[in-house]
Amino acid sequence: MLQEFKKIIREEEDFVIIDAKGIYYRELNELINELILNGSKKFRILNVNGQRFIADGLRGGYYIEIYGTAGDDLGGFANGPTIVIHGDIQDGAGNTMNEGKIIVHGSGTDIIGHSMRGGKIFVKGEVGYRVGIHMKEYKEQIPVIVVGATAGDFLGEYMAGGRIIILGLEKRPEVEDIVGDWIGTGIHGGAIYIRGVITKDKLGYSANIKEIDENDRKIIEKNVREFCSYFGLDADEILKSKFTKIAPISRNPFAAMYSDSRENK
Amino acid sequence: MVWKNFPPDFYVRVDKELCINCMRCIKECSFGVHEYDRKKELWKRHHEKCVGCLRCAAMCPAKAINIEKSRMEYSPHPVWTNKVRKDIKMQAETGGVILTAMGNEVPYLSYFDHLVLDACQVTNPSIDPLREPMELRTFIGRKSERFDLEEDSGASLKTEIAPNLKLETPIMFAHMSYGSISIEAQLSMARAASKIGTFMGTGEGGMHKDLYQYADHIITQVASGRFAVHEEYLKRGAAIEIKIGQGAKPGIGGHLPGKKVTKEISETRMIPEGSDAISPAPHHDIYSIEDLSRLIYALKEATRYKKPVFVKIAAVHNVAPIAVGVIRAGADAVVLDGFRGGTGAAPQVHRDHHGIPLEVAIATVDRRLREEGIRHWGSIIASGGIRCSADVAKAIALGADAIYIGTGALVAMGCTVCKKCYTGKCPWGIATQIPELRKRLNPDEGAKRAANLLEAWSHELKEILGALGLNSIESLRGNRDRLRGVGLNEIDLEILGVKPAGW
Repeated sequence: MLQEFKKIIREEEDFVIIDAKGIYYRELNELINELILNGSKKFRILNVNGQRFIADGLRGGYYIEIYGTAGDDLGGFANGPTIVIHGDIQDGAGNTMNEGKIIVHGSGTDIIGHSMRGGKIFVKGEVGYRVGIHMKEYKEQIPVIVVGATAGDFLGEYMAGGRIIILGLEKRPEVEDIVGDWIGTGIHGGAIYIRGVITKDKLGYSANIKEIDENDRKIIEKNVREFCSYFGLDADEILKSKFTKIAPISRNPFAAMYSDSRENK
Repeated sequence: MVWKNFPPDFYVRVDKELCINCMRCIKECSFGVHEYDRKKELWKRHHEKCVGCLRCAAMCPAKAINIEKSRMEYSPHPVWTNKVRKDIKMQAETGGVILTAMGNEVPYLSYFDHLVLDACQVTNPSIDPLREPMELRTFIGRKSERFDLEEDSGASLKTEIAPNLKLETPIMFAHMSYGSISIEAQLSMARAASKIGTFMGTGEGGMHKDLYQYADHIITQVASGRFAVHEEYLKRGAAIEIKIGQGAKPGIGGHLPGKKVTKEISETRMIPEGSDAISPAPHHDIYSIEDLSRLIYALKEATRYKKPVFVKIAAVHNVAPIAVGVIRAGADAVVLDGFRGGTGAAPQVHRDHHGIPLEVAIATVDRRLREEGIRHWGSIIASGGIRCSADVAKAIALGADAIYIGTGALVAMGCTVCKKCYTGKCPWGIATQIPELRKRLNPDEGAKRAANLLEAWSHELKEILGALGLNSIESLRGNRDRLRGVGLNEIDLEILGVKPAGW
């Protein structure tokens, strides 16, 4: 396979550079896999134009730079790689990710970070609907999504763990909505931090507005600083803002639905 | 006004002459039926708590206990049955959804019981499986349309062959999660599957580390909650099954209450202890066949195309076009779960009133895939309410490649179908996480019994094939000409693709 694709691969310092123009996703991913088996650790993929499943199920601390628009499920089931996208990402980036980082200089679409259990996603621009849906956490693994601009409806739906931070930069959160409606519908774990003030009518079932404590402030600061370090932004300026915390009313919001559990009351 | 469990379903009759006051029944009953007042030296039996599992009667050393169906009933009425009245009273009291377990309890027509198998007489000799080889081996997965050889290379194959599962018998253990059943029950099935050369499913509860050594015979599951889904988990199993729906509760999700998420379960599912494990009704990333295809290929990419990916759907009204979509989306097999399929916990209304019979689903899906010329693209695995080797043979004759058994396997390990799995107090140590109860199922014994069941059914399948004059299970697959319907109407027969008896 490496022979076959010799023309589109070259090496520069410790990077392998792949020109993905016109390459089918399955071939591109197989090529990356072959290169990994061959010992390559750092990749720069040029002319990416919607190829799906890049770094899908990848285990280990590989470094992948993508120029262009990455297709669906970028870094799905990933377990360790760092992926930097100079462009946009599409649906399901970081789907069920266990560990790793996805750093996006552009924007993202729907269900970013679906069911992710660990790792971090930083999106400089905006994201679509149902972002962070069913995020989880497990022991020391606490996934984080930080979005620079705005997020659509159903942010953090069914969320069971992890942290989502929405900054709404270049917006005036005191007068403009930076997040859509139905925030945290069915949330039963984790927390969402939104810059500015959010009123209760924006929340979905089982979500509630909670006081921000010292620990929350630490989480916001740590992740906002990391976010700003990737995109050359001024963290101190952002951290001056007020944030609203949204968290579940209970870890067991649906427990009272059944006749047997009501008997036990 | 106390109406709960009144009148009781069962009456616990203990023969005082035989009873030796050993108190064993108190220890055995996980529902607290038996009570002894030491001061007054009096026995009390809480009939209303009895679930009819027969554990106490089976274990009583004096054989003094008899569990009877309670004769006390409301005034008889053919429409307002006792069950209907008791359900209403319970809901009036609690205001909640009625939970239940195991399979559909409404006596809908069983097509299996209205289908009979052919046999050879005089003109077409039958085969004796004791003397002649009889092939039950089955391959599950995508089959190649044709095989091309490399040019000038002798006999080296150019065609890429899709990964298949090799089954020594067309019977597998259905997906029942760790959490809904004990690790001892899962271990029993894993050992039996390894011994026989078939497979078991993990369900959506992840793979407990004790099962790793049997991973070659385990199918992992990816459900809407994505519990335990991890690249290592996907790579460890023999195949991956995406669970879209379940026959016992089509169209709805699952919910493991936080109180059941113990330390070990939290570790296997990779979620915090005590947190609700909610599997929403749809997958968050699947709203179309195209989206399903994306998940199938995400899983294939994550496992470098080495594992077959199955998709399990509940048998519902439009099952044929849905199953065709599933196969066209890239699934290596579609699992059809009929409305008699079991469950550890489901709202009664869904279990009893949604979905269609498995037999009809197999027949329509098989026919539709053939009509579209893509039957070889994927296998059909039938599941839900298969009770004996005859059901297996009939399912295969209707068009299935292999079948899953869930309830049947549990019964082999001791289950008596008392329908209380959702309480987590299974008196037979199967659907429970309570250590004292789990001890009741010895995995060595469980494995032996589960393997025995597969061996017995496999042997019977060979005998059935012999009687049909066939020497391989492949010759029975979709061979509806060897079935006849008894007491079915014209439309039923047409849908099943089966002639009436006598034709």
